[in-house]
Amino acid sequence: MEINMAVDEALKSELSKAGIFTTTIEDIYNWGRKSSIWPLQFGLACCAIEMIATAASRFDLARFGAEVFRPSPRQADLMIVAGTVTKKMTPQVVRLYNQMPEPKYVIAMGACAISGGPFKQGYNVLKGIDRFIPVDVHIPGCPPRPEALLHALMTLQRKIDSQRSIGKPEAVTNRAYNDRSEEYLIPRFGEHDLVPTHNPLVFHPTAIKRTE
Amino acid sequence: MTDPLTIRFPSVTFDTATGSYVLPLSIALEVANYLRDDAAYRLDMATNVAGVDWLPQVIKKKVKTSVTNAEGVVEQVESEVSENKPGLMEVVYHLISVEKRKGPLVIRLQTTRENPVVPSLTPVWRGCEFQEREAFDLYGIVFEGHPDLRRIFMWDEFKDFPMRKDYVESDDYEYEPTPHDAVLEKAQKHYPNQT
Amino acid sequence: MNNQPDPTVLESPGGPRAYTVTPSDEGLQTLEISLGPQHPSTHGVFRMDIVVDGETVIKLKPVFGYLHRNHEKIAESTTWLGTMPYTDRLDYFCSMSNNWGYALAVEKLAGIQVPERAEYLRVIMAELTRIVNHTCLVGFFINDLGAWGTPLLYAFREREKILDLFEAASGARMMCNYMRFGGCRVDVPAGWLDQARKIVDEYPAFLDEFEKLICGNEIIMARTQGVGTLSPALAVNSSMTGPMLRASGVAYDLRKHAPYGIYSQFDFRIPLGDVGDCYDRYFIRLLEMRESLKILKQALDKIPEGPVSADIKIRNFKPAAGEAYSRIESPKGELGFYVISDGSTRPHRYHVRGPSFVNLTVLEDMCLGQKIADAVVILGSIDIVLGEVDR
Repeated sequence: MEINMAVDEALKSELSKAGIFTTTIEDIYNWGRKSSIWPLQFGLACCAIEMIATAASRFDLARFGAEVFRPSPRQADLMIVAGTVTKKMTPQVVRLYNQMPEPKYVIAMGACAISGGPFKQGYNVLKGIDRFIPVDVHIPGCPPRPEALLHALMTLQRKIDSQRSIGKPEAVTNRAYNDRSEEYLIPRFGEHDLVPTHNPLVFHPTAIKRTE
Repeated sequence: MTDPLTIRFPSVTFDTATGSYVLPLSIALEVANYLRDDAAYRLDMATNVAGVDWLPQVIKKKVKTSVTNAEGVVEQVESEVSENKPGLMEVVYHLISVEKRKGPLVIRLQTTRENPVVPSLTPVWRGCEFQEREAFDLYGIVFEGHPDLRRIFMWDEFKDFPMRKDYVESDDYEYEPTPHDAVLEKAQKHYPNQT
Repeated sequence: MNNQPDPTVLESPGGPRAYTVTPSDEGLQTLEISLGPQHPSTHGVFRMDIVVDGETVIKLKPVFGYLHRNHEKIAESTTWLGTMPYTDRLDYFCSMSNNWGYALAVEKLAGIQVPERAEYLRVIMAELTRIVNHTCLVGFFINDLGAWGTPLLYAFREREKILDLFEAASGARMMCNYMRFGGCRVDVPAGWLDQARKIVDEYPAFLDEFEKLICGNEIIMARTQGVGTLSPALAVNSSMTGPMLRASGVAYDLRKHAPYGIYSQFDFRIPLGDVGDCYDRYFIRLLEMRESLKILKQALDKIPEGPVSADIKIRNFKPAAGEAYSRIESPKGELGFYVISDGSTRPHRYHVRGPSFVNLTVLEDMCLGQKIADAVVILGSIDIVLGEVDR
């Protein structure tokens, strides 16, 4: 039998009219987490400038609580991979991701981080950061407008809202509490390419049926 | 040619097709020092250094020749002539004079594709340092006399020279949503059961 | 302020160097630090391997290639016009200038004439780009010194106003893709020139505000004066161009001394520095912004009506075999495009001479003997963008 953790909306509004505020611990905890995300200061290329513009005064990331860009991965919970990830940079990206404490999230910003982008045909370009680390939100665009990054942040906030931290072990999706956190494979530099070219535990491309 | 460079060094040739001087490798360093220091030129800055790769090619040209035919009449006959141009690797330097405000003078150092070795002009113009390292990294051209010749863009364990015309890139085309042309061929190796 | 040690044994490898550093008699205890590639003040994915004795830098090797996106190889497999969007992504602050440089190279190769209104638009866009770039540089530079974001936010506030203009003209804020061979892609909309005039009229107030807040500031002066001095002889020999060269006192600006477009018709001055330290490099950019505003005023007044692009056949565009090298004065220095055509629809060779790449040659020379915090300031004053360094 599953216990419904949410409070009935009608009851909630009746009680709040009487001055009683009801919620669940899960909701308060997730509200705290999503409203104070600390991104890692990690701009790679052109998308980094749009990220800085989002943090600047016109588009104002501070409204969402995410203005505190931390230089150290030990203090950050969100890694916005903004820009092209080259094969030379990939071991560093994975290392930084491993050093972030749980719960951690990744936003792949821009076409280059999603799939290699316009530079896809490249001997030094990694065709998407999701070959090595799990990505939560993808933002298309080249570069995506600052409003698109804000939309992605709001999508991430919704995702954080839906994560569960307490309850049965199978139901807990917050990786800080479910012992499913792991170190991801760091590729090494080979003679012609990275070794391995992708992490098979992480990279799950959809099977494509070509009918021609 | 009547310019001071070719008078002083007769073995330097001027290539009219590209408007540049081709320097023989044995005197390249001497010519470079002359171009930098001589009052006629004072080319004190080497702004651009680029490596270029030419694959061996067969150039077919249509040529009209005069032939006397059986009746003794001279007529023009068109024939196709094949010229074998051997492969070539060259380094192109654009030199400017800041003192005299003169525009780029172009010099070329040419070498073979099988064993590309040229003298480095870094001792003459320090600005060539990083750009020659780039030509080494991407083309494999070895610059003798360069103070610090190692790879600059790719990682040290990398073995290929990517900008060469016959470079074959490694295969990481496992996932291609909408491929066509050359990319489709590369991706099809990973989708054996599909057409 | 800088203790210059006597030259001796531990010498930096070959080539004409400005400076050599050595161990003391008691023996050297050095620390090797890798600064980057993820670091708040390295302007992108740039790494410096620094060897320090205490806090003094005794060896510095820059390592890059972390953003090497094989732009030149892609250009060899795309058509001539297909490379234009990729030039936007070279120096991603200054996409208009990059576009112009490439269009100029191909126009030289194929002998294409550009109509007058297009030339004026190109100058207007290039000078607006120069203002955007220098504003951002000044903001990032003060950020590196430790001013924690406030001047940067002022700079970005002004940048947004100019990005609105770019968006109205070309459709995109940053990656404009606006120039074509023979002119510009499309004419500016109605009211654009008036809005540009308004921004040009209001800009000096922002520059005055910045100068009053920052330039007399004793922390800035103490941390940047005398730091990272570059002699004019070394600057010319190391192929420095742009504000770096002019800060060392060498009067060489491509807009005046190798003019392209219609720059010879405008009246502007070239600021020069005396000492060649970081303070000069930073101040010269503020002065250059004022000169750019002068050029903009003249261009906005004199711009004629007319077509904005020459009528060339772009489908199956095959310039004649040959080569061309075009140089423009981009905000960072001399941006050169070297193209070789073999008569087909794709370039045989396409090479970008990135100013940030070449300007890094003297990084070690300027940093030897300075403190490690100064190395960050010196790097900031060179004004690098990794898209151009690594291409």
